[in-house]
Amino acid sequence: MPQEDAIIIKNVEKKFRVFYDKGQSFKEKLIFTSRNRYEERSVLNGVSLNIKRGEAIGLIGHNGCGKSTLLKLMTRILYPDRGTISIAGRVSSLLELGAGFHPDMSGRENIYTNASIFGLTKKEIDRRLDDIIRFSELAEFIDNPVRTYSSGMYMRLAFSVAINVDADVLLIDEILAVGDANFQAKCFNRLKEIKASGTTIVIVSHSLSQIEQMCDRTIWLNDGKICAEGSPRDIHPLYMEFMGRNMKNPDVAGTAAGSMTRWGNQDIKISSVKLTDDNGSEGEPVRTGSSVTFSIDYEVINPVADVVFGIAIYRADGVHCYGTNTKIDRLSAFDIKENGSFSITIEKMNLLPAEYILDVSIENSESIPIDYYKDVLRFVTYSSYEEQGCCRLDHRWITE
Amino acid sequence: MKELYNYRQMIFSLVKKDLRGRYKGSVLGFLWTFINPLLQLVVYTIVFSVILPTNIEKYYLHLFVALIPWIFFSSSITVGSSSIIAQKDLVKKIYFPREVIPISYVTSCFVNMLLCFIVIFAVVAFSGIGFNPAALLCLPLIMIVEYMLALGVTLLTSAITVYFRDLEHILGIVTMAWMYMTPVMYSVDIVPEKYRGLFSLNPMMPVIQAYRDILYYARVPKLFTLTEAFVLGIFFLVLGWIVFSKLKKRFAEEL
Repeated sequence: MPQEDAIIIKNVEKKFRVFYDKGQSFKEKLIFTSRNRYEERSVLNGVSLNIKRGEAIGLIGHNGCGKSTLLKLMTRILYPDRGTISIAGRVSSLLELGAGFHPDMSGRENIYTNASIFGLTKKEIDRRLDDIIRFSELAEFIDNPVRTYSSGMYMRLAFSVAINVDADVLLIDEILAVGDANFQAKCFNRLKEIKASGTTIVIVSHSLSQIEQMCDRTIWLNDGKICAEGSPRDIHPLYMEFMGRNMKNPDVAGTAAGSMTRWGNQDIKISSVKLTDDNGSEGEPVRTGSSVTFSIDYEVINPVADVVFGIAIYRADGVHCYGTNTKIDRLSAFDIKENGSFSITIEKMNLLPAEYILDVSIENSESIPIDYYKDVLRFVTYSSYEEQGCCRLDHRWITE
Repeated sequence: MKELYNYRQMIFSLVKKDLRGRYKGSVLGFLWTFINPLLQLVVYTIVFSVILPTNIEKYYLHLFVALIPWIFFSSSITVGSSSIIAQKDLVKKIYFPREVIPISYVTSCFVNMLLCFIVIFAVVAFSGIGFNPAALLCLPLIMIVEYMLALGVTLLTSAITVYFRDLEHILGIVTMAWMYMTPVMYSVDIVPEKYRGLFSLNPMMPVIQAYRDILYYARVPKLFTLTEAFVLGIFFLVLGWIVFSKLKKRFAEEL
């Protein structure tokens, strides 16, 4: 193995047997041989990957894409059906925290049990004991039985052991959600220290921002294959866009359908509403910050001389996010005599990821509804950032 | 093998946890390790001296020196066979050499037997038979041989039980039959001549005989008995080890 590679994965394939009706006992195995049929479901088909010493890799992909399986293959919990995996140095995996904890034993005794499961000898544990206790911030409780701990304390102790194993390769599966915010930050910083000291790290996570902060390279797995790899900043937007597209729900997006709640005297009727994004495609999920246009066609039953067009956007949970009309925007009332259309373009659709409901209204200048069409169209937004709240506010940071 | 050595602390922790946890919460606690075999001795002695009298001299001792090693062997197999399933959370989530689990179960039963030997020595001393120092030197040897045998069989059964759960229940009756096929409660002399050949296939036969030679007859076991026990012990250990290594790769999927 060349010196610079810590992990070499070659053409790894893995299939799981999915039994239709699994007979595990003697009788079933003997009598119902036909029932022991199973289907082989391939989880990984031909994954090859070289990971350099000291590199931090983030594995992403939707549920069931094989990323956790790949991680388990690296830890040797599972073995590949085909292909090889070679890893240089001691491997520690943070797949399960607090393995082998015994509730009646003290925190200190459990440190020994738990660390021994990671393959440490007594001497090695003795040397790390103080670090582990200090990191867990449980010094005053360390000789109490673990059953008296709160679940947060339990996880803190478990994480402290796992993080102090000093492996050459550290494999992590979705575990950075430990304890309170302070402790999480501490864990995260500790991981950064570990990385700085030259440990190779592989993380499976749904939190793209964590991967972005920690990893040098993102591997995107899809249907058991590497579908893209590269720097997190390049890969994550592609991934988010892909996920957004998959979120599309034919019941949700599209043109007006069925009789929803609508009111007004119906002198003018809304006949269709559609959403177009800046690429000109219709009904797709909208990336937060991109430009969208709502186009509305109407039919005239009786001409109206003072028409005001309006829209309102609600979040699916009922929060009124935005509403405006041509009168608020100081356009003069329209004199409508025949069928036509109007549109409104929102340069920056800054609503954060959620599902939204669009209402369209046609009223006269006295605010008497002609056709108020509620829930005429639904759309979703997605984003690769993790801002909080309901809406993006344009901003910049200044630090001295 | 080398890797297993690195995980010795894990074996040690698991054995300690098992021994400490066994009598947790009971009033007499660890004393049960001694009381239990003594009470069994009392029951068997009453049965075989009052209800079914035998002509074996000091029958209680004849039985006791064979019973304790037998209990080690049978409890290793019955408890050990479901050991991988019992630790499935560990097996599914963490890597470690899988052999650690059966080894620690068998070792914990072994330590239990060693403690029971304190009682055996007390009973031997009480019986007035006395000790033969040369024979006692063979005792650690035969213990190690029995350990290898128990570990070999446990590796075999624990790995197979993962794929075939019925084995756990089958083993209950198998070990009972096995006990009656082994001269634990009776002397090998009463076995009819024509079945002796069949009996000599039993790997526990030379082991029990050696224990009885050392502690009951106070004599050095025959070299043949020791060699036979040793060869069978090695055979089962190697067999168990090979089967276990073959089967362990799919443990995490099957559990």
